[in-house]
Amino acid sequence: MKQSILILEQSRQLARDVWELVLKGDTSAVTAPGQFVNLELPGKFLRRPISVCDWTENGLTLLVKEAGEGTKELVRLSAGTPLDVLSGLGNGFGFTAAEEGVLVGGGIGAAPLYGLARRMAEAGRKPKAVLGFRSKEDAFYLEEFASLGVEVWAATEDGSLGAKGFVTDLLRGLPDCRYVFACGPTPMLKAIHALPQLTGGQFSFEARMACGFGACVGCTIQMKNGLRRVCKDGPVFRKEEIVW
Amino acid sequence: MVDLSVQLAGVTLKNPIIPASGTFGYGREFAEFYDLNLLGSFSWKGTTRAPRPGNPQPRIAETASGMLNAVGLQNPGMDAVLRDEIPHIARIFQGPVIANVCGFSLEEYAENCRRLEEAEQVRILEVNISCPNVHAGGKNFGSDPQGAAAVTRAVRAATKKPIFLKLSPNVTDIAEIARACAGEGADGLCLINTLLGMRIDLNTKRPLLANRTGGLSGPAVFPVALRMIWDVYEAVKLPIIGCGGVSSAEDAAEMLLAGASAVEVGAANLRDPYVCKTILENLPAVCQRLGVQTITDLIGGSHHGE
Repeated sequence: MKQSILILEQSRQLARDVWELVLKGDTSAVTAPGQFVNLELPGKFLRRPISVCDWTENGLTLLVKEAGEGTKELVRLSAGTPLDVLSGLGNGFGFTAAEEGVLVGGGIGAAPLYGLARRMAEAGRKPKAVLGFRSKEDAFYLEEFASLGVEVWAATEDGSLGAKGFVTDLLRGLPDCRYVFACGPTPMLKAIHALPQLTGGQFSFEARMACGFGACVGCTIQMKNGLRRVCKDGPVFRKEEIVW
Repeated sequence: MVDLSVQLAGVTLKNPIIPASGTFGYGREFAEFYDLNLLGSFSWKGTTRAPRPGNPQPRIAETASGMLNAVGLQNPGMDAVLRDEIPHIARIFQGPVIANVCGFSLEEYAENCRRLEEAEQVRILEVNISCPNVHAGGKNFGSDPQGAAAVTRAVRAATKKPIFLKLSPNVTDIAEIARACAGEGADGLCLINTLLGMRIDLNTKRPLLANRTGGLSGPAVFPVALRMIWDVYEAVKLPIIGCGGVSSAEDAAEMLLAGASAVEVGAANLRDPYVCKTILENLPAVCQRLGVQTITDLIGGSHHGE
């Protein structure tokens, strides 16, 4: 965990409500894909938790979905704006001991999977990615995933891109997929979790939070082995510990 | 060199800055950010007899200049606090600790206080009377003078440690509640707890918090807290721990001038984990600007000449 000032270098729109922000500065606290940062916004009391899409030694890529007033302002900040960032928050995805896993993202949930895919690719792995969006206008980063050598399967609810339907429909067509790295809306996570073909997986959760570092316990959820804070004990939880 | 030390019912704090209960856990998370020993004290998470899972999600909502929380007193319970948290606190903080104690019956309040009697590092019991009274149809103990007096009496009989009743602002006349506590032997008062509020989600047209209502905290409540501290300072001769919306050394100075002997910092910790450290760095300069070399000279300063 670290508090530092990062400079917004660039913000560009990728899809209907999705923007890519590139920040420059100290990223030394970021240690795993799937971790998040908590950004202070001018005029807003609570920080905004955003998952890390990718990072280098001195830069951070965040994909931000415009969901409310705060994120609407955030994506429109001009280049050069300094941002107060708490970084290296939460436990991310780990893949060393995992089986050959499929990355499954729903909407903005694809963001942290990109950082995971890049690290898997660097380790010589060639994971598949199954990405679901509402429609073609909402899709992003398909080429970025593909350029890592990742085989991308897309699904849209209206069929305007890839298969018509949900990521779970695609996963049923991949019976060899026994392990997932999943991030997306709760109903999607729940549906994936229930697939009988799965022997394991890691699921990234979302919650309304205040501090983002475990102190306020605002984001506590029930897991098999007790109460867990999404921000500090998660946001990534293993399949076997999850109760819905 | 400004003397920042203050006294709370015979307990000396090296400075008046205290992270408030519910925003600081049992100190573990903030110890990852800075050395807690720079603090005057800290008030741990409200602790009940039994472990409590708290309320369903969502529990947090933002507001203009603040936030709502409906955590619902999630805590590991007194056994776990005695077994795991108190020994751990001793490793990360050497100063006096304020134990925030909750209860759903008079008997539970008394028992929780009694069980902390042997905990040497716990020097002050902060008795949260905003809990619902299970024997009185769930009405909060702190919502009327009779309930507040009854808790004070029960706790007074159970402990020799100083007891500070933490008062709810959701009352018609907080001074009346303060007098009721004073009449039953309270050593001090802490005010204010959060203000009841709510938000509605425009997407679902339903209350945003699963609990419907939550407690408002943050800069939005600062002037309310200040006014109540001022009123209570006029009403009783007990030391007051001021709490509510403090986020700067200037805010802390205003609270002392209103009548607080020490200042708790709550929601601001959640936005800026270093806020207490920053307040402490700035506090001596603020004292000098106000012309005092001893911070206790500020306490109640705004009442002079009344």
